[in-house]
Amino acid sequence: MQTAINLWPLLGVLVIVVGFVLRFNPMLVVAIAAVLTGVAASMPLDTILATIGSGFIKTRTLPLIILLPLAVIGLLERHGLRVHAQQFISRFRNATAGRLLIAYLFVRETTAALGLTSLGGHPQMVRPLLAPMAEGAAVSRHGKLPAGVRQRLLAFCAATDNIGLFFGEDIFVAFGAIALMHTFLMGAGIDVEPLSIAFWGIPTAVCVFFIHSFRLYRLDRYLAQHTPEPAIAEAVAK
Amino acid sequence: MIISIQYLYWLAGVVLAITTVMTLADRNHPKRWTAGLFWGLFAIAFLVGERLPPVAVGIGVLVMAALAGMGGVGIGSHRELATEARAASAKRLGSKLFIPALAIPLITVFVAVVLKPLKIGDLFLLDPANSTFVALGIASLVSLALACWLTRDTPVQAMRESRRLTEALGWALVLPQMLAMLGLMFNDAGVGKAVAHLATAYINLDYRLVAVIVYVLGMALFTVVMGNGFAAFPVMTGGIGVPVLVGVFHANPAVMAAIGMFSGYCGTLLTPMAANYNIVPAALLELPDKYAVIKAQVPTALAMLVVNIVLLYVLM
Repeated sequence: MQTAINLWPLLGVLVIVVGFVLRFNPMLVVAIAAVLTGVAASMPLDTILATIGSGFIKTRTLPLIILLPLAVIGLLERHGLRVHAQQFISRFRNATAGRLLIAYLFVRETTAALGLTSLGGHPQMVRPLLAPMAEGAAVSRHGKLPAGVRQRLLAFCAATDNIGLFFGEDIFVAFGAIALMHTFLMGAGIDVEPLSIAFWGIPTAVCVFFIHSFRLYRLDRYLAQHTPEPAIAEAVAK
Repeated sequence: MIISIQYLYWLAGVVLAITTVMTLADRNHPKRWTAGLFWGLFAIAFLVGERLPPVAVGIGVLVMAALAGMGGVGIGSHRELATEARAASAKRLGSKLFIPALAIPLITVFVAVVLKPLKIGDLFLLDPANSTFVALGIASLVSLALACWLTRDTPVQAMRESRRLTEALGWALVLPQMLAMLGLMFNDAGVGKAVAHLATAYINLDYRLVAVIVYVLGMALFTVVMGNGFAAFPVMTGGIGVPVLVGVFHANPAVMAAIGMFSGYCGTLLTPMAANYNIVPAALLELPDKYAVIKAQVPTALAMLVVNIVLLYVLM
């Protein structure tokens, strides 16, 4: 059973890890890793270039999702969308950044589980709406946020969108991942209903909601502790 | 099909070509020529990429990587609306500003769900393999018209805004595609086989709990390296899941597959390789720390890996 397996292509993985840890430009790191992996697998130079080229053309759908909404979002930002989103949320006295994000996590995860994965997303939802609203809620409670605190809050907005999407979409039967698992298991001679794969994802999906919500609940406490003068901000809010 | 994904590539190509022209025409741009070349090459990949020889595209990709690596992709000058004008505009439009923003996801869902099965004659209206992307393209165009009408601004201004955001993203916009390309390269070079070989050859899988832990953590680690749970699944499930968990310990394959894939997703939350989810959002939110989103996700991902080990051990 011991066939000769070429371990040299793992050099590409090493380049990626070292490159990312040392914070070189990721584009450059990836390009070097791709070339080196090809060399290690003893591909000739023109095969390496052709593999890079055709791989790049095959995956052109990836930047579309980000690129296409930019014109609309940019135009609305020019006319004050983000400012308005911040003011809009501060009208709700009970809104905190943590509560807003918990509500968003719930909606994002359940709609994704129903197959509506395009209802969120970073360019069309997080940047123009969710992030300014979370920031607005935090500012109206705690006053101006220090740069580090603001960065952590905004990072949590993006993280919440990711987590809701990932763990929601995978319990939707018609999602590609379910089809992939089903096809692979069929190939291995195991016949499983796609519905049953989706069903057994539910315990994990429920757990992630509670775990991440707990962290968002604590985010409010973090915001209160790490803003300069919470007492003043509270007085202003009253 | 009537509306194919090819039209979207052309649309993206035209948008990027306009960005290129605006960058080259910007006399105050600190990186005028290198940034212009970078966006120009990217535009060409969208406009005529499938008709060029793959070797030529490969060379273009390496040139783009070199331009990004030497810091050649900078941000140009941009004239914002004066603060008072913006405040007046926000006041006049109020919550109406939300309409075009919310229209993008809502129209996307509507088109993808309602118009997807629609046929005119024998032809599908939307490209069936890429219906969500096509739906997003249509939604973006409709919302753009809506936004122009609402703000009484011009499509030219919209292109300037698009260029501003594209330049703010910089090379981060291209990185997801580079990583997907690397994933294909890893595949061709047999990286997956090498990793599965290392994992199975040096760990004793005779204990049920050890096998569960190796499968769950293997899915996560492999996803961290490849940036994609889909790439990890066949390798880890073929290497450990089917022969050991199902074959030896009689696990329910549905439980194994579902929890295995979720363990891969925990890996996705941890890795800069999943640039579309982790690096691009940090760039979009203009965070100084490119790893800030990953840092916010680490505790949730690690907790979920423990949960997955427990769930798989108990439920299988």
